[in-house]
Amino acid sequence: MGFLSRLALVLGVCAALFAALPAGSLISSAHAVNPDEVLDDPALEARARELSAGLRCLVCQNQSIDDSNADLAKDLRVLVRERLVAGDTNDEVIDYLVSRYGEFVLLQPRFDWANLALWATPIIVLIAGAVFALVSVASRRKAKGPAALSPEEEAKIAALVDER
Amino acid sequence: MIVELGHFALILALSVAIIQSTLPLVGARGGDQRLMEIGSIGATGGFVLLAVAFSALTAAYVTSDFSVLNVFENSHSAKPMLFKVTGVWGNHEGSMLLWVLILAFFGALVALFGRDLPATLKANVLAVQGWILTAFLLFILFTSNPFTRLDPAPMEGQDLNPILQDVGLAIHPPLLYLGYVGFSIAFSFAVAALIDGRIDAAWARWVRPWTLVAWVFLTLGIAMGSYWAYYELGWGGWWFWDPVENASFMPWLAGTALLHSALVMEKRSALKIWTILLAILTFSLSLLGTFLVRSGVLTSVHAFATDPARGVFILVILCLFIGGALALFAWRASELEGGGLFAPISREGALVFNNLFLTTAAATVLVGTLYPLLLEVLTGEKISVGAPFFDLTFGPLMVPLLLAVPFGPLLGWKRGDLLAAGQRLYFAAGVALAAMILGLAFTGGTRVLAAFGFALAFWLIAGSLTDLFVRASFFKAGWRKGWARLTGLPRSAFGTALAHFGLGITVLGVITVSSFETETVTTMRPGDTVEAGGYTLHFDGASRRAGPNYEEQVGTFTIRDGGVAVAETESAKRFYPARQMPTTEAGIWTTWFSQLYVSLGDPSADGQSIVVRIWWKPLVTLIWIGSVFMALGGTVSLADRRLRVGAPTRSRGQARDRVAAGA
Repeated sequence: MGFLSRLALVLGVCAALFAALPAGSLISSAHAVNPDEVLDDPALEARARELSAGLRCLVCQNQSIDDSNADLAKDLRVLVRERLVAGDTNDEVIDYLVSRYGEFVLLQPRFDWANLALWATPIIVLIAGAVFALVSVASRRKAKGPAALSPEEEAKIAALVDER
Repeated sequence: MIVELGHFALILALSVAIIQSTLPLVGARGGDQRLMEIGSIGATGGFVLLAVAFSALTAAYVTSDFSVLNVFENSHSAKPMLFKVTGVWGNHEGSMLLWVLILAFFGALVALFGRDLPATLKANVLAVQGWILTAFLLFILFTSNPFTRLDPAPMEGQDLNPILQDVGLAIHPPLLYLGYVGFSIAFSFAVAALIDGRIDAAWARWVRPWTLVAWVFLTLGIAMGSYWAYYELGWGGWWFWDPVENASFMPWLAGTALLHSALVMEKRSALKIWTILLAILTFSLSLLGTFLVRSGVLTSVHAFATDPARGVFILVILCLFIGGALALFAWRASELEGGGLFAPISREGALVFNNLFLTTAAATVLVGTLYPLLLEVLTGEKISVGAPFFDLTFGPLMVPLLLAVPFGPLLGWKRGDLLAAGQRLYFAAGVALAAMILGLAFTGGTRVLAAFGFALAFWLIAGSLTDLFVRASFFKAGWRKGWARLTGLPRSAFGTALAHFGLGITVLGVITVSSFETETVTTMRPGDTVEAGGYTLHFDGASRRAGPNYEEQVGTFTIRDGGVAVAETESAKRFYPARQMPTTEAGIWTTWFSQLYVSLGDPSADGQSIVVRIWWKPLVTLIWIGSVFMALGGTVSLADRRLRVGAPTRSRGQARDRVAAGA
């Protein structure tokens, strides 16, 4: 069980480290923002960029509005910035866009019951796999451990020892 | 005439494939040597016929024969010769022809190099290859025939998608297919073993080199595709978690797991059943990838529903092969005998750990890729699963795996000593810690995650070399003796170290560019300068130029370092009239391992200024250099295998097995 607890420790440490990871920061996103769209307030602009990286350009294949040159992506970028300037929080901006375009606009599906199968799969596969691996290794070791000697074998050994 | 010859060769290849998929099987059951040998003849002959078919299509492209529908739709007489040739596989029909050509190529390799294989195993393997070949040749002939004629023949072709008119197309798909399709050999070996009901260490010794070959090509193919997307798409991203990328990444993850589990099977004859399953799953993911990319289901579920012929055909192939192989597995796997025992903390245990995380990662990418499709089919609801999801799930899965990598090679088989392995890694841990502290110091303690990433990268880099160092035992034996020992190590030890070293290099590139990339978007007039990555970029001016089949607007920039001009770079926006499509050609200047990436945006209304996007990409090239090291590691390891596989007498090999088993 030492192995398992150490595994749990490593996983725990990593989970803690990654809990602090803002979405999209591990993989860089390059941008198609135009100079005229950029907000004067750097804090607001940074929030706009963070939001844009997680919003889908609806007419593109798997591109965020931050990456896309499409007109619709530009419209959405401007819209996000308008809402931010109007004082919306990040969540309010996202809710507003979802109400207009549906969940399709979110590159990261919501963490809710409807998407349970999606979010739970990695952790279920990992735990099930770990349990299966440990159980099968342990059971095989038990099952196939060296069998006890039969009485005849014991007798033979005794005879050999006696000969000496 | 040449085209018809190619068409005929394609049909003939189908007939040969049908024979190859049946007679050797019958021969293997009845022990008929001559019937079994038909497998080898069929595999070689089929490859020759497909090579003829492929050459015929290439000839039609080279001569711009627009009476062939496929050439008309994807070529143009003004296209440069390189792209005429690469255009052969720059479309659906042609790429499927390349797919089967490579499939037949691997079959022929087994036929030629498999002389020492047990006859029944070889016959079964080639028969299974024959089934796959038959299925895909039927697919090509019935739904995607590249030899369809057009009457009357048009005067000019519609040209190739401009994004594909790049050297990348010459290299990326062939490499990718060599990898993807190469896993079919592992699959065929697995199914053949199940048919035979017998599997031993010799089986693993045969499967591992084939898996390694496929893996090396797939690694290079994915890396090449990533670099191509990076420089061609003009936004400097190198991985997008796009379903098409995921389609090749899933087999890579599973194939990497297979590589490691086959090692356990070969050395310790443990994990047999799992290795068989993994071999089946890896190629299944290749097939799934082919389905995703080739059926059009990714563009839109609806487009798929309106023209389902191709998609449904591949779906049927997919279900038949995956379902059939898994059913066979469920039926026969219990008959396979389990092998050696091992403690949880051991080399085997470490490789199981590797497999656990790699398969979970593959499952994560799989569910992320398929979930939106399934949800739309089942409920009509549309959602997106993009990069943020994968970063959040895949990233954390990789951390424990990467932390464990240096331990693996240092643990003993059967029962390892984690503490002793840990002590040997003190140096690597010290290097990692130093990297973390330096990372924190340079960023004023603000970038904890980046610092942790650096630590991880250097842990891998130093840890991978530790194994070589320890095995040479420089400290105990002294430098001269240590050197002699080092050079005497088996190639596979170098292969492992190189591949793990490459992984560390890639991680270093990923972490650095993700954390410290800078971006500047600005409007520039000729004569303007802008700062990026410590350099000054001077916009010299813009001009127009005509290419062979495009026009371009070129912006010239001078890069200055402290007032001294160090380089010039050109960025362009091209326009291809035949397809009415624009592309961007980024200006990229490489200095050491970092790059300055300059991309042109839209000109202003008065035409006086232009939007310029400049990215400073620190250490970005390490991402691909690391992949090359990984592939190199695979190749070196392969050299070792060849020596051993080629060991002349079987009895010697068996003797060694007995020694290994007793050790």
